[in-house]
Amino acid sequence: MKPLLPSLALAFAMAATAPALAQQSGGTLNMVVQPEPPGLVVGIWQNAPTQMVAGDIFESLLRYDTDLQPMPSLAHDWSISEDGLTYTFHLHEGVKWHDGEDFTAHDVVYSVDVFLRETHPRLRASLVHVDSIEAPDDHTVVFTLNQPFGPFIGVFEVGTMPILPRHIYEGTDYANNPMNATPIGTGPFRFNAWRQGSYIHLVRNEDYYLEGRPFVDEVYYHVIPDAASRAVAFETGVVDVLPGGSVEYFDIERIMALPNTCITDAGWEYFGPLSWLWLNNHEGPMADVNARRAVMHALDREFMRDALWAGRGEVATSPLSSSTRFFDDDLPSIAYDPDLAREYLEASDYDGQTLNLLPLPYGETWQRAAEVTRQNLMDVGFNVNLVATDVAGWNQRVSDWDFDLAFTFLYQYGDPALGVARTYVESNIAQGSPWNNVAGYRNPELDAMWEASAVSPSDAERQEIYSELQRRLIEDVPNAWLHELGFPTIYRCNIHDLVTTGIGLNDGTRDAWIEQ
Amino acid sequence: MARFILARLVKAVFILLAILVLNFSLIHAAPGDPASVMAGEAGATDEQFLEDLRRRFGLDQPFHVQLWIYIKGAVQLDLGYSYRRGMPVADLIWDRLPATLLLTATAFVISIVFGVIAGVAAAARQGRWSDSIISALALLFYATPLFWVALMAALLFSVVLGWLPGFGYETVGANYTGFARALDIGRHLVLPATTLGLFFTAIYVRMTRASMLEVSRLDFVKTARAKGLSPGVIQRRHILRNALLPVITLAGLQAGQIVGGAVLTETVFAWPGIGRLMFEAISQRDYNVLLGVFFVSAAMVLLFNLITDIVYVIVDPRIRITE
Repeated sequence: MKPLLPSLALAFAMAATAPALAQQSGGTLNMVVQPEPPGLVVGIWQNAPTQMVAGDIFESLLRYDTDLQPMPSLAHDWSISEDGLTYTFHLHEGVKWHDGEDFTAHDVVYSVDVFLRETHPRLRASLVHVDSIEAPDDHTVVFTLNQPFGPFIGVFEVGTMPILPRHIYEGTDYANNPMNATPIGTGPFRFNAWRQGSYIHLVRNEDYYLEGRPFVDEVYYHVIPDAASRAVAFETGVVDVLPGGSVEYFDIERIMALPNTCITDAGWEYFGPLSWLWLNNHEGPMADVNARRAVMHALDREFMRDALWAGRGEVATSPLSSSTRFFDDDLPSIAYDPDLAREYLEASDYDGQTLNLLPLPYGETWQRAAEVTRQNLMDVGFNVNLVATDVAGWNQRVSDWDFDLAFTFLYQYGDPALGVARTYVESNIAQGSPWNNVAGYRNPELDAMWEASAVSPSDAERQEIYSELQRRLIEDVPNAWLHELGFPTIYRCNIHDLVTTGIGLNDGTRDAWIEQ
Repeated sequence: MARFILARLVKAVFILLAILVLNFSLIHAAPGDPASVMAGEAGATDEQFLEDLRRRFGLDQPFHVQLWIYIKGAVQLDLGYSYRRGMPVADLIWDRLPATLLLTATAFVISIVFGVIAGVAAAARQGRWSDSIISALALLFYATPLFWVALMAALLFSVVLGWLPGFGYETVGANYTGFARALDIGRHLVLPATTLGLFFTAIYVRMTRASMLEVSRLDFVKTARAKGLSPGVIQRRHILRNALLPVITLAGLQAGQIVGGAVLTETVFAWPGIGRLMFEAISQRDYNVLLGVFFVSAAMVLLFNLITDIVYVIVDPRIRITE
């Protein structure tokens, strides 16, 4: 790989002002995937690395742009009835599965109504609003809802509703289907090989229904377990794309000093990853609202963002990520204010108990964030103990509510009804999962509002309720919100159109092309 | 001799069984299970999802039933399935074994050859500057953490100098065959094998040097000198051969680690071997894979202990097997 441009500044300027260059075909895309996925059939596996590789192999009915507006994918056209109950999708004709079979509306009905209903917990939660899914002909799918559910138009993304081949899975034991080893999708790339522990190799789907696409000939996903070695892989030119989270944040500056290196925060709008501290509302010192407020104002989140997250991302101002629909930018402040924090602490019942703080065991940056948090909390008068765990231990402790404060981050999936309500409603309190209302926040009044807003027919009404919800949550501080995380993708500047949607690399690389 | 080996093998089987039970209990005592880790990675889950996973993995069974099923399988050499990778554990290990053997065997040979030669050289020049340099280097490598050496080696030889690939087993996508492929793998092997070998080289140097010096003061060496033998012959035939016993003990230990002893090196250099498989299995609570690797490693340790004992007999005629 020869450096194309002498300086980084110039590279940025070029990327920003580049005229529409003619897309060039050919070349190989070398990316990192971390950790190694357990399998590639998204639907059976929902892990982040599975989603990233599977986005090249499988497709869904829609994609979403960076403003979360739906874009065509397997469906070229769609409509929603006036009453918000009927969603009709018109599918591309001439689409084939990688094994040559025709893709039809019956695959869609099977995937959603049978397969995913059984395997996909997140979609299952949305499907309770669906009465029936039908295929009136081979290229039309009609979803009928039992009541209006505004967020529904946001669930047709490939990680949420991937379309799987009925002819391969119907009547089989999905998890043990031998075809899982050689996944068959409709996507721009076909599965070619998976050398366990080394790489996954995809090749161009020559029969892809969009003429000329994809542009690159093959994609390699390299499996490199150590973060420092992933940085070395980019520095030595072995890989050309480092997806968000591949390298530690303190390495970003060094990598960005390399020639022909670009970085973008785009491609995460649909997920809106937001980090926070779970505060144990069930019992202990954090059950007291004033103690929680003290925590919220004690945290110097600007400093964390600048010093730990390499200036990437934003300090959270709401329980909603700013890219999530119905985010309100006019809310009471939850900014750093140690004096205010001390006042709240004074007003609380806290009398010096040691708080157990669980860091997120996802690498060095998170560990440091926990250390800063501990320091911040001790500065206003809390006693804090850091609890060391690994991923499985963290899962267990959070699931069992065995903490006072615990780091986490969650995706919001574009709509508060899909990705935010689950964290705060009482019906979602249950031991055994680290992803439900772990904090144990109970507020029946707000529960009614969450319910009403999800099925409210107009966006204006929804906005009103969600603004009120955001204000009320900030008052109660059930959790201490930290950052809208930036997961920058680092890549060679001569790779164009790598991230084109609000789903980013998880949406596959069908539009990417390499300038030779 | 045959009876000795047979008796040792029978003992080994019982030790292995005990190791199995112990490992199984220890692993299940760690917090979390594979289902919760997998659900955790998905970022969303519900009761049904977790139950499905646990049922599929057989984790809904009581502990003693799981243990019994595992032992029953293991004595028939069936190591079970990887929860996460959906493959038989034996296949996974078999698949990763060549890479690990190549790495650890190379490191083994490097460390023995260089360690013994440098140790002999240092002993022969005792007190001179070349002895000091060898001893100082040996101490340095003995004391330096392996992962740090690995990272620095990758940074220097791969990023800065660009001489050698910094990670991986071969050039992905190059599709070399035959000799070109062997050469490519060889180039990838240099850094990890050297890194892994450094620590043991340092130990061999120190061990050989000390042992050589000790033996060289013994009476029979004086006798050999008095007979008028040349210094070279005395060094090789009289001193070295007698000084090698502790080195063989150590080599037996290192050889025992040949399957599972390269966790750090394989992780830093993305070497697709068994050490990494084990490391990932720990964090993913992939019990069967972990137990499988432990099982194979334990078997190797037992095997190499036996081999070491036999080698003693061959090298040192004073040692006899008591029947």
